[in-house]
Amino acid sequence: MNDRVIIVGYGMAGSRLAAELHARGGYQKVTVLGAEPHRAYNRIMLSTLLAGKIAEPDVELAEVAGQGVDVRTGVAVTAIDRAAREVRTDDGDQHGYDHLVLATGSRAVVPPLPGLDPLPERVVPFRTLDDCRRILAAARGARRALVLGGGLLGLEAARGLVARGLDVTVVHPMGHLMERQLDPTAGAVLAGTLAGLGVRTVLAVPATGVAADADGVRLGLADGRSLSADLLVLSCGVRPDTDLAAAAGLTVERGVVVDDRMRSSDRRISAIGDCAQHDGALTGLVTPAWAQARVVAQVLAGDDPLARYRPRPVVTRLKAAGIDLAAMGDATDGPGIGGPVEELTFADPARGTYARLRIRDERLTGAILLGDNPAVGTVVQLFDRGAQVPADRRSLLLGRAFGTVPAAPAASPALMPDAATVCQCNDVSKGALVACWRSGARTVDALSGATRAGTGCGGCRDALAGIADWLGGAEPVATR
Amino acid sequence: MTDGARVATRPGVGSREAATHCPYCALQCGMTLRETDGRIEVLPRQFPTNRGGLCQKGWTAADLLDHPERLTTPLVRDPATGEQRPASWDEALDRIAAGIRTVQTGHGRDAVAVFGGGGLTNEKAYALGKFARVALRTRHIDYNGRWCMSSAAAAGIRAFGVDRGLPFPLADLGRAETLLLVGANPAETMPPLLRHLADQRQRGGRLIVIDPRVTATARQADLHLQPLPGTDLAVANALLHIALTEGWLDRDYVAARTTGFDAVRCTVAGYWPAEVERLSGVPVADLEATARALATAGSAIILTARGAEQHAKGVDTVTAFVNLALALGLPGRPGSGYGCLTGQGNGQGGREHGQKADQLPGYRRIDDPAAREHVARVWGVPADDLPEPGVPAYRLLDSLGTPDGPRALLVFGSNPVVSAPRAARIESRLRDLDLLVVADFLRSETAALADVVLPVAQWAEEDGTMTNLEGRVLRRRALREPPPGVRTDLAVLADLATRLGAPVGFPTDPRAVFTELRRASAGGPADYAGVTWARIDADTGVFWPCPDPDGPDTPRLFADRFPTPSGRARFHPVTHRPAAEEVCADYPLHLTTGRVLAQYQSGTQTRRVAALRRAAPGAFVELHPDLAARLGVTDGEEVRVVSRRGELRAPARVSPTIRPDTVFAPFHWPGAARANSVTNDAVDPISGMPEFKICAVRVERVQS
Repeated sequence: MNDRVIIVGYGMAGSRLAAELHARGGYQKVTVLGAEPHRAYNRIMLSTLLAGKIAEPDVELAEVAGQGVDVRTGVAVTAIDRAAREVRTDDGDQHGYDHLVLATGSRAVVPPLPGLDPLPERVVPFRTLDDCRRILAAARGARRALVLGGGLLGLEAARGLVARGLDVTVVHPMGHLMERQLDPTAGAVLAGTLAGLGVRTVLAVPATGVAADADGVRLGLADGRSLSADLLVLSCGVRPDTDLAAAAGLTVERGVVVDDRMRSSDRRISAIGDCAQHDGALTGLVTPAWAQARVVAQVLAGDDPLARYRPRPVVTRLKAAGIDLAAMGDATDGPGIGGPVEELTFADPARGTYARLRIRDERLTGAILLGDNPAVGTVVQLFDRGAQVPADRRSLLLGRAFGTVPAAPAASPALMPDAATVCQCNDVSKGALVACWRSGARTVDALSGATRAGTGCGGCRDALAGIADWLGGAEPVATR
Repeated sequence: MTDGARVATRPGVGSREAATHCPYCALQCGMTLRETDGRIEVLPRQFPTNRGGLCQKGWTAADLLDHPERLTTPLVRDPATGEQRPASWDEALDRIAAGIRTVQTGHGRDAVAVFGGGGLTNEKAYALGKFARVALRTRHIDYNGRWCMSSAAAAGIRAFGVDRGLPFPLADLGRAETLLLVGANPAETMPPLLRHLADQRQRGGRLIVIDPRVTATARQADLHLQPLPGTDLAVANALLHIALTEGWLDRDYVAARTTGFDAVRCTVAGYWPAEVERLSGVPVADLEATARALATAGSAIILTARGAEQHAKGVDTVTAFVNLALALGLPGRPGSGYGCLTGQGNGQGGREHGQKADQLPGYRRIDDPAAREHVARVWGVPADDLPEPGVPAYRLLDSLGTPDGPRALLVFGSNPVVSAPRAARIESRLRDLDLLVVADFLRSETAALADVVLPVAQWAEEDGTMTNLEGRVLRRRALREPPPGVRTDLAVLADLATRLGAPVGFPTDPRAVFTELRRASAGGPADYAGVTWARIDADTGVFWPCPDPDGPDTPRLFADRFPTPSGRARFHPVTHRPAAEEVCADYPLHLTTGRVLAQYQSGTQTRRVAALRRAAPGAFVELHPDLAARLGVTDGEEVRVVSRRGELRAPARVSPTIRPDTVFAPFHWPGAARANSVTNDAVDPISGMPEFKICAVRVERVQS
């Protein structure tokens, strides 16, 4: 009954679903209709493309076309006829379905500022591969760039353009960068880090309008200033692309409303990725989109008809050359609910390092880690799984525990206990070496020959020499 | 000191020497055995692998030669008492031959199976494979190397067209600017290898270790990545993703020397570092530093070992690291490359000469008609008489005594009661057999179950060849004759073949067997045709392939081409998948297993050496102080580790060197402390490698 599956959208969610269905070797005929003219690509890598480190083919995702999956790119779906169970496309075609999956993604928000309708040539949103091409075209020969929006994507764009040698300023209406993920202190440390990389930030001032001509673009600000540049990148958020779903009469709030199996109000239509709204929430991230694709594949292919999507907590991660930021949970909120909150903080602004962790009932409920935080991997995993935090909290900030580490090799052989193993390979203790010395072995080679210490990996030869020296010096006063 | 090619045996002088190699791991450290008035001394010997070093296992290797528990007479199980009792060789061999005939008459040729070991010499491994195919004519032969090297072997063959653990001499490690060890702990498993790492450090090289535990090796690393067990594949894909996004690929090499990169490129596009950080717990910054160190070094080597390989996705995990090496242009470049650290003494040679279910000598495929024809001609039998491929080790053992499985098993040089995954189940399979025969020199836990036990010679009592982790064929040299009542494996096989009416003879002189092996391997991927004992003796061993006695051997592979039909190495896209058994509320912890320095494999030998027993007296369960505190467990207290398959009991060893979500147990001990009572028998679909390195458990205090 699900023989003909149509996937609308060939972005990261749609292509993943096609691959998941293909991997299950199902009996379905799968058709993917993608409005963009390209192969599926990895949106996460666009900022790297912007930075000029890779070429366009490098962002392509695994291709499943021609392996039982019919992929048609450059074909936009214009309407869904739910009664006839078919979709119409802009090339005048019609495709019947037994099950339809909407993976239409989201669109960049263009703020309602004077001068942006229509979009001037030097003003480009940062969302798609085509956007990326336009930005790169505008950046050619350019010296200065403005980025409107100091959220995650805006900062990634800024970082990419700086890598191209441009002079970049980020304009953000809020008091600090990434205000949804960061507290003001973290925002300030991040701004400092960006400044070190050559990205200027203008904060707490809304933009009022854009004026663009063949020579450049000017961004007017509410404080009366006006910033000039050769191009302006817009990064003012995204909005789920729900037009098709709404026109077809599906339940749509901010996104297409879906249940745990990603089904919309029509059981024959699912939605995944940015366009879907599950349990009241939009995701806007790849990881949940891929998890949703998996659920739909399991249901459609029949290997787990009762599969359910279970959202995982969101971890925001910004990692570009010179920037290392992880933010998750309630680190920016007030007291919240539950038991008493433990706050761990560490700040070293001069070196761009900041950490703030919130712990409640032995569980990590939120964290901001910026800069060099060696335990970031551990923190992310503890938060992700709701696992119990270490007894020594400092290990979360500093990457190692204190008080429980194995005793460091004693600086002086005199302080080493007799039972301490000097040579692991041959299980020789300090006591055995001392006894050997007393029975006449007075050189490193003699000690080694008699005890086999140092004959395995050879790593303890220096320690042996130290003990021989110590014994040599201690001998005259040894009275025991 | 020289290689000591001359065996100084001076009968009547009261003192004799043999320049040989250690009986244990694949490093095959050079050693000299000296016997003076019946007392045997072990002396380390300069050899390119150990450079004069020996670990405690090597130093004490001779302690077993005259050990009181040494078997010197065959044992047969008395039907009346059910107990094993001493018997003559004739009685023992007659009983085996009769048992085999009865089983094969009633249930067909495949009802008899053979299980070999990675410690057998090349000659014995070869003879065992021939015995199975020619004398028993069973398709069922496999060996414990399946649990050791098979994942790396399969990945190597599919990428490079050949499987030689290290495709370069070990000394190349010392020249690598960056060395990445993945799931390898040579500081405990083959300590003298660290002399090469010291060399590397001295030259300013960087050592990076990937291991869920802070092992003795990881402690020496410049950078240690401590991933969640079972996530190495994703880590490798992330490293390649980073190399790709940073523009560090060797695109000329990829274009000229490989095929299939596009599919890999598209696959690793989905492994961005932040995602893999969340999965593995390895910080993005460390992933980046690792990728940078590998990609920007003048020379770099990536080595995997059992930590990466003993998984139900072991082949794909190794492939992910091979992909990384290829994308960086490492294989075939001097001082660079990918390799795996073989474990067992002759793990390499043991897999080349016919002990594997699907292989004939010379690393030939048994389903290849040309290979069958060639080998059958050497053996003097019709090719049609050779059996078809059998099944991998675990499947074989798991089928024993079942309606469709073999009813008789001959074991040479292995102790599956301790070493098999889900060992309790395998133990019960062995008990269901009509006939179990074990050839060993000590009464191992498997021998204790046998209907017939055959006492065979030890390493210092036999001549032969071993092929070490570098693919270097070297000589094992006898110091003395076996004690009275003990025979060599080759003599046992020859006797049995005669009793079974085999159509061709089985030489008992290892030199003659090796000559035959050379012919059988000629033209195969592991070509020994040009390797002679004299040639090995004249130098520090011979690297295969060596097709011509007068031609060169091959210390380094892949300089100009890969032994694939196109001459190019092959990329294969691989994706992460969860472990066969994930943690859950009832079994919330990961168990990983491994070795300790002073013990070897199932411990049959090393547990009987007093010095090693003192150094490593028993099993333990390593767990993090936070976990111990949560469980209320104190250091040294007995704990129980429980999985869906069974449990082990051992004292807790509380240590911050392990992740709090993971516990570790060594696998060398039998009985209540047997780690493999707990391990998972899920296997890799390509290699048949069991998932020794990860399963879900809970840890409990043992109430007194």
